[in-house]
Amino acid sequence: MKTFRIGGIHPKENKFSAGKKIQVAAIPKQVVIPLSHYIGAPSEAVVKRGDLVKVGQLIGKANGFISANVHSSVSGKVTKIDVQLDATGYKRQAVFIDVDGDEWLDNIDRSPDLKRECNLSKEEILEKIKDAGIVGLGGATFPAHVKLSPPPGKKADVLIINAVECESYLTCDHQLMLEKGEEILVGVTILMKALEVKRAVIGIENNKKDAIAHLSNLAKIYPGIEVEALKVQYPQGGEKQLIDAIIRRQVPSGRIPIEVGAVVQNVGTTFAVYEAVQKNKPMIERVMTITGKDAPNPGNYLVRLGVYLQNVVDEAGGVPEGTGKIVGGGPMMGRSFMNLNVPMAKGSAGVLFLRDEEAVRKPMKNCIRCTKCVTVCPMGLEPFLLMNQSERNMWPEMEKNRVMDCIECGSCSYTCPSNRPLLDYIRYGKTTVGGIIRSRATAK
Amino acid sequence: MEKLIISPAPHIHGGDTVAKNMTGVIIALIPALLVGFYFFGLGALVVTLTSVAACVLIEYLIQKYLLKEQPSIMDGSAALTGLLLAMNLPSNLPLWMIIIGAIVAIGIGKMSFGGLGNNPFNPALVGRVFLLISFPVQMTTWPRPVPFSTAYLDAETAPTVLSMLKENFGELPSTMEMFLGNMGGSLGEISAIALLIGMAYMIIRKIISWHIPVSILATVFIFAGILHLANPEVYAAPAMHLFSGGLMLGAVFMATDYVTSPMNPRGMLVYGVGIGVITVVIRAFGAYPEGVSFAILIMNAFTPLINTYIKPRRFGEKVKK
Repeated sequence: MKTFRIGGIHPKENKFSAGKKIQVAAIPKQVVIPLSHYIGAPSEAVVKRGDLVKVGQLIGKANGFISANVHSSVSGKVTKIDVQLDATGYKRQAVFIDVDGDEWLDNIDRSPDLKRECNLSKEEILEKIKDAGIVGLGGATFPAHVKLSPPPGKKADVLIINAVECESYLTCDHQLMLEKGEEILVGVTILMKALEVKRAVIGIENNKKDAIAHLSNLAKIYPGIEVEALKVQYPQGGEKQLIDAIIRRQVPSGRIPIEVGAVVQNVGTTFAVYEAVQKNKPMIERVMTITGKDAPNPGNYLVRLGVYLQNVVDEAGGVPEGTGKIVGGGPMMGRSFMNLNVPMAKGSAGVLFLRDEEAVRKPMKNCIRCTKCVTVCPMGLEPFLLMNQSERNMWPEMEKNRVMDCIECGSCSYTCPSNRPLLDYIRYGKTTVGGIIRSRATAK
Repeated sequence: MEKLIISPAPHIHGGDTVAKNMTGVIIALIPALLVGFYFFGLGALVVTLTSVAACVLIEYLIQKYLLKEQPSIMDGSAALTGLLLAMNLPSNLPLWMIIIGAIVAIGIGKMSFGGLGNNPFNPALVGRVFLLISFPVQMTTWPRPVPFSTAYLDAETAPTVLSMLKENFGELPSTMEMFLGNMGGSLGEISAIALLIGMAYMIIRKIISWHIPVSILATVFIFAGILHLANPEVYAAPAMHLFSGGLMLGAVFMATDYVTSPMNPRGMLVYGVGIGVITVVIRAFGAYPEGVSFAILIMNAFTPLINTYIKPRRFGEKVKK
């Protein structure tokens, strides 16, 4: 069975919410829709205080190439446009809406019927994806239309669908594949058309055997779509790792996947593309996992954007006793929350409760130079060395030792027997070195 | 949920600890120790216990009274150094020499550089080589293997295979006897099979990788083989080299010391080849019959250089289809 070829770890899977039906979360009285995304420029508000909006109506317009439209996820009245603490821990612009009913725009097709045929041209598909504000749902929230528009002279020959879900605990993609398999495959055909490729591979880790069987079965009637079962290994959901695992091509340092002829899209994104192109439905909701060892009802919930996570968590039974840390996303790459009064964003894949004893880091000891961080690093870096250099502000040396290649997967810190915070220091160095590289580019 | 903890990712840890790794190595040493106890009896037991106790005590005293820091003897690294030192000693060595060896190993070899993780040279080998140079007679007089012997200082002595080869006298044991451990030597080095079992255990538990031991053994085999083919009268057969002296112990347990060996597989191979070559050079052309300890210490000195110039295989660099 295939997997990526350098490094990797296998944390305990803890997929408590696997196989739990997607539940539709209730719409609260107020939602706060962020105008910013993790990556790219914030969008520009096109509504103002007092405006009445419907579900699916544009409220934030993309501002520049790497930016995405934002739509209202509810119907009601805009009360203000103000700063709001978001899931990344920063205060950012957001649109506050008081909910009134659930009235959708007329052109959105809300019927559950599958619509297989798509007669749109490549340009029309891209336009629809762009208008619908679709961003990558794997976590990085990179605008989907940007990845689907390769720079001039570059051509993709394979589309890879990231259905790996390599983070422990999370199951939202898994459940989506079980419930919306056919829609996802239609989404893949649309993406193939947009990219003009003949081949698409859906990569799924082998701990989701039901999803592999289900999609393989459905894919029989879709020419060019393959389902590839992958050996379970973190961080296989990393874009470069997944490309290496499936088509055995390694994207060189500092380059993007299109350079080796591949484009990767997340499986949730693919479903959103189906809804946008076939049903005219912009990105206004997503599936997220609420989970943890003590979570009262670990499960998968379909949540509208802008809903406070507190509301969803309350619906799922509240925060369990003895919770020491709440993580947005998976345990390896998620962010810890100060509180749950943050709005659901496009990149929110889950809420994870960690126990007190799991939440506290163990005291750091001397590096015993055991080489385990080097062995597990999926990029072939030397985490121990980068940490030492970061502690000593040795930026040029860090750049030479390829700190910018780090994908921040956390495998080094996870593995270290001395509990050294390798990734913390590497991230700090990476930020600084990144700044130096940018200022050098501007100076030229 | 009074207060939530905020910290950057990752939020979980694999649960590996320094103590787990040290304990793993100690478990891997058990087969070789048992063979030592079997062939050298009481003496082996006395030497081992003295060395371990001395190393742990010295580390404790230095940390507590000299450095005034929290003693970390529970991580098992001092006990492991003590065990490794004992395995490199003849089982009829007087107690006071063992204690001097322990003081040098821990005090000079390890703590003077800042303790665990900072020492450039393998502490147990620093202790051993110090003793070898200071007390050459006692350190090169090994007891004859007698199952369940109760002798200690009064044990009957016998030459090792390598000294027999160097000085051209005595009847050599068969390769099979050497493989099992029925020959004179330091208490932990005699049985190749027991040491190889320990190596297999450590590789399976992912405590060490195969690179260092395999590259050392392969280099010695090939280099000694070439010499043997060139002149079988003067140079011993490669199998003789593999199973004699401290080579197996050195390749499996001394050269693979985390702190003093290179930090990536490519570097480990260079380091292993270096140790293999120096070992054979000393054995074949040097004044000493045995050279593994020196070879490892010399390559320890090259480790920082190897780490600087030999980097791990980076992602996206020269990929085979």
